[in-house]
Amino acid sequence: MSQSEVIRGGPPRPADEAMLSVRALAKTYNAGQRTERVAIADVSFDVAVGEFVCVVGPSGCGKTTLLRCLSGLLSPTSGEVRFEGTPLQAVPDRLSVVFQDYSRSLFPWLSVNRNVAVPLKVAGVEKRQREARIREVLQAVGLGDVGRSYPWQLSGGMQQRVAIARALAQKPDMLLMDEPFASVDAQTRFDLEDLILRVRRELGITVVLVTHDIDEAVYLADRVVVLGRAPSRVKEIVDVPLEHPRTQLGTRSSDAFGRLRRHLMELVTTA
Amino acid sequence: MTRIWRLWFFALVLVLWWVLSAGSRSTFFPPLQKIVTQLYELWIVGDARRELWSSLGNFAIGYPAAGLLGIGIGALLWKFHRVGHAVSPVLYFVYVIPTAAMLPAIIAVMGIGSPMKIAVIVLAAIWPTLLNTLDGMRGIDPVMLDTAKVMHMSAVRTVRTVVLPGAMPQIMAGLRNSLQISVIMMVVSELVASRSGIGFFILEAQQRFAITEMWTGIIVLAVVGSALTFLFIAVERVVLAWYLGARAVEQKG
Repeated sequence: MSQSEVIRGGPPRPADEAMLSVRALAKTYNAGQRTERVAIADVSFDVAVGEFVCVVGPSGCGKTTLLRCLSGLLSPTSGEVRFEGTPLQAVPDRLSVVFQDYSRSLFPWLSVNRNVAVPLKVAGVEKRQREARIREVLQAVGLGDVGRSYPWQLSGGMQQRVAIARALAQKPDMLLMDEPFASVDAQTRFDLEDLILRVRRELGITVVLVTHDIDEAVYLADRVVVLGRAPSRVKEIVDVPLEHPRTQLGTRSSDAFGRLRRHLMELVTTA
Repeated sequence: MTRIWRLWFFALVLVLWWVLSAGSRSTFFPPLQKIVTQLYELWIVGDARRELWSSLGNFAIGYPAAGLLGIGIGALLWKFHRVGHAVSPVLYFVYVIPTAAMLPAIIAVMGIGSPMKIAVIVLAAIWPTLLNTLDGMRGIDPVMLDTAKVMHMSAVRTVRTVVLPGAMPQIMAGLRNSLQISVIMMVVSELVASRSGIGFFILEAQQRFAITEMWTGIIVLAVVGSALTFLFIAVERVVLAWYLGARAVEQKG
């Protein structure tokens, strides 16, 4: 594929280095019926390998629908999502999803170890390797000796760490996260944000994170995709040239952070 | 200790019964001491053991069959929900027929042996488990099922790892109801045109005015019912340990 080829107008071919490429994605529920509702009107963006992209938009703008389309859980009405160059049919093997509410996605009847083991078992990883990998990922998310506990015996922040560990177990190329820090308190939220930045740096993983929190998006992302009110359209894709490693105090109090924050705020609040 | 303490009222009733009935000359309420002596002679060392085993045998086949069929059919109706929606009205229609009312029909078709009694137990006891399984599976959080899909679980693994455990609290509640109904139907099936079982023993004793013997049968039945319920609760504590734990945490927080 030639580098000069124009992606946007031309045939839907992603650039070589794109991990995820979304082209003219649209989703209409109950098409043709009286209850017809357009959730996503027209969304296109690319995510490069190793990039951290946040998608922000006002509440009810169809973020969850978008996430389900990006993960392959939901097929779009029109348009296309390509993951590592292949159009999505189902959920790709090399993609992991972290859902918003850990209490609804972790299995309360399994211990932490067994929760993390599930995707490894599905992949047919043998027992000894499995145990080693479980220890590895639990350590990577800063959880030491909780393997034998049940999720509900842990704090909210720790539970979301377990969910992240489980998502990382299979060494995915990309992590798709749906407001992963929405149901924890502010301090835990900062910890988890730093955790995900560190995991991303250490594992070289690509991350797409959907959130309604503008500060969080600016703090985490290399680029922010801003959606307008429902039905979703891309309003602007904003580069975040803040330097790494980022720190909660330093980065958030910098002028550049403030300017980006203000710009995004204007985009999100103006209809 | 507290558990033993909780039995004080039960003990009190027994003592009162023992003392108040001690000198009784009533035909219908013989002294408890006499009942206990006969109970020992008949049910512990005597011939009535045969009736006990006969009843328990039917129960031991009927109840597990009802439970497994209930869970199995419930799961199939959940999985194939289009079929489920078509079948549901018929199910509810059959469900509201008291099984006792179908006894004559069942006896006409199957005779009066064990197969008839087992069929009666299954037919009556299947419903709570079946409907609770269906309900429990329908109530599973869609995020859980998305999680299973994201992990590329096969259909069988999804049922084993997510759907069955997720619906287990309700399935166990259903199984507990089914247990009670099984015990009831075990006796009812023996009261009509039967030659064996605890129910038959009670009815037969009453008909030949062996009132003390009749009481022993009723007491044995109560003991069997309680023992089965306690056994079930013990199993439930193990199977639903995670659920009881999580609920306790929720209530505290």
